[in-house]
Amino acid sequence: MRGRALTPGRLARILAVCAGICLAALVVAPWIGTAHVDPRKVMAGAAPDAQIFFQARLTRVLLSVLAGGALATAGVIFQALLRDSLADPYTLGISSGASLGAVLAICFGWGGGGRLPAVWIAALMGALAALLMVIGLASHGRRVSSFSLLMSGVTVNTIAIAVILLLQSVATFGQSFAINRWLMGSIESVEYSTIAGLAVVVLPVLVYAWRGARSWNLMAAGEEWASTRGVAASRFMWRGFLAGSLITGTVTVITGPVGFLGLIVPHALRLWFGADHRILLPASFLLGGAFLVCCDTVARTVMPPVDVPVGVITAMLGGPFFLWLLRARQKRYWL
Amino acid sequence: MVTALLEFREAGFAYNGTRVLEGATAALSPGELVAIVGPNGAGKSTLLSVCAGLQPSYEGSCLYAGREVRDWNRREFAREVAFVPQSLRMEFPFTCEQVVMMGRAPFGDGLFESEEDFREAERAMELTDCAAFRNRDFRALSGGERQRVVLASAIAQRPRVLLLDEPTTFLDLKHQLLIYGLLRDLRKQGLLVVTVTHDLNLALSFAGRVLMLQGGRQRACGAVEEVLTPAAIRDVFEVECAMIPQPGGGQWIAYAR
Repeated sequence: MRGRALTPGRLARILAVCAGICLAALVVAPWIGTAHVDPRKVMAGAAPDAQIFFQARLTRVLLSVLAGGALATAGVIFQALLRDSLADPYTLGISSGASLGAVLAICFGWGGGGRLPAVWIAALMGALAALLMVIGLASHGRRVSSFSLLMSGVTVNTIAIAVILLLQSVATFGQSFAINRWLMGSIESVEYSTIAGLAVVVLPVLVYAWRGARSWNLMAAGEEWASTRGVAASRFMWRGFLAGSLITGTVTVITGPVGFLGLIVPHALRLWFGADHRILLPASFLLGGAFLVCCDTVARTVMPPVDVPVGVITAMLGGPFFLWLLRARQKRYWL
Repeated sequence: MVTALLEFREAGFAYNGTRVLEGATAALSPGELVAIVGPNGAGKSTLLSVCAGLQPSYEGSCLYAGREVRDWNRREFAREVAFVPQSLRMEFPFTCEQVVMMGRAPFGDGLFESEEDFREAERAMELTDCAAFRNRDFRALSGGERQRVVLASAIAQRPRVLLLDEPTTFLDLKHQLLIYGLLRDLRKQGLLVVTVTHDLNLALSFAGRVLMLQGGRQRACGAVEEVLTPAAIRDVFEVECAMIPQPGGGQWIAYAR
């Protein structure tokens, strides 16, 4: 599977399978839940089945697929950019910036601003601030290297986390609970307009990244390597960093930091399909999305009426699955 | 008179204020095999990376085809000049064929490689004797095998200039000779081949010209037998040696123990 050259036919077959899995998750998940919904009543728009289906569940499923897809894609982007398979969408501090914004909003009890919750606006500001700080610290003139990006990103990340801990230590009991809940990351029912907004950010970034997939391959092999094979490495790194940060930041604002998925999905896909980003980028979106849909379905059904934070489920389901995958591969390739 | 393809004049470079190269001057033409030699820290790799366009803040001038290297569009430059790094540390499971195919990146815009890309990659793998492990994970190869794959990737670029940073460090004897024989063939086909090497005997056997660096300064640049003399080697490398005539003609450097 991994060795063969990539032809349009092979790519189409792989993506068809991934898209099928993603679609299946999308179609099945909204019917699963603690309350039984009757398909006929849903189609007829009868209460409460239609409300449960369209307002409570379908929005969560759609948010999951976009958020999971975006985080897995961002994971691929950051791992290639930093040439580090332990990098994830949260390595470079953007989501910690968002978290800090959200925690500030919770601690100071900022009210709503128009239609969007105050926590979202504050998180967005925090993500932007972190982004600007990383850019300021990482750039030497207009040039950038993966090392400078990593150092500045990790520094900003550490500072943001430290401030969050400080705020948490002085927060009231209720605030502290809200902070913890936010930091665990969760998928909740949102308005369709929010989902549309998220799609408008995520999908163009995905297309942009995919179009440059061959350059991502070069970049994943090294900056000099890419540079001597025709990639303007600094410019490409800036754009890649902005693309990855944009989708990570936007998702984090809505869901909080949902862990593990952005690290593990790219890994698993590399084991299946190899390191070619022409496969990796779209497949990580489709299967990352499907994975988060499944995890969220478990999260909202496993301990009713409690909604388990989805980040807990991604780690608890994903971890053993990944270990199994690793072992299975070891038997085939290394032993 | 063949006009120079790659020409540097008073080329220099400083890393954060530390000058590691200065005053390198030479004009190199197509059909030449030039060896850059010198002790550790002499500035060999720096000079090579200036030529490869990896150090745009170089001092002096470094012209490729009459234009400053830093002014070239990276993609156009990559169709002309290929660079073989000393080693390639790979984090991800690319196969050898994929690594070789990366050399074709400057030639296509689409998502897929063309028939010509596949032909060139095939040819490059055959020339460097690495078709046998095309489907293996690059990271699982030995150092010498990796070096051949990286060279294949550069040859797949169909360059007019091939810059190599110690291409034979990890190679066994057979493949050292294979690679240098290949470089000689490429030179005969009209390529300009510039290679950094520590093996003075390989330079003596295969190179036409030698550029000798010492402590960041150019010590000499000229015909191989004029530059690689026992006196110069003693002076630059601090090693005593003698020239031994080879059975088939030419000379061999024998180092004193």
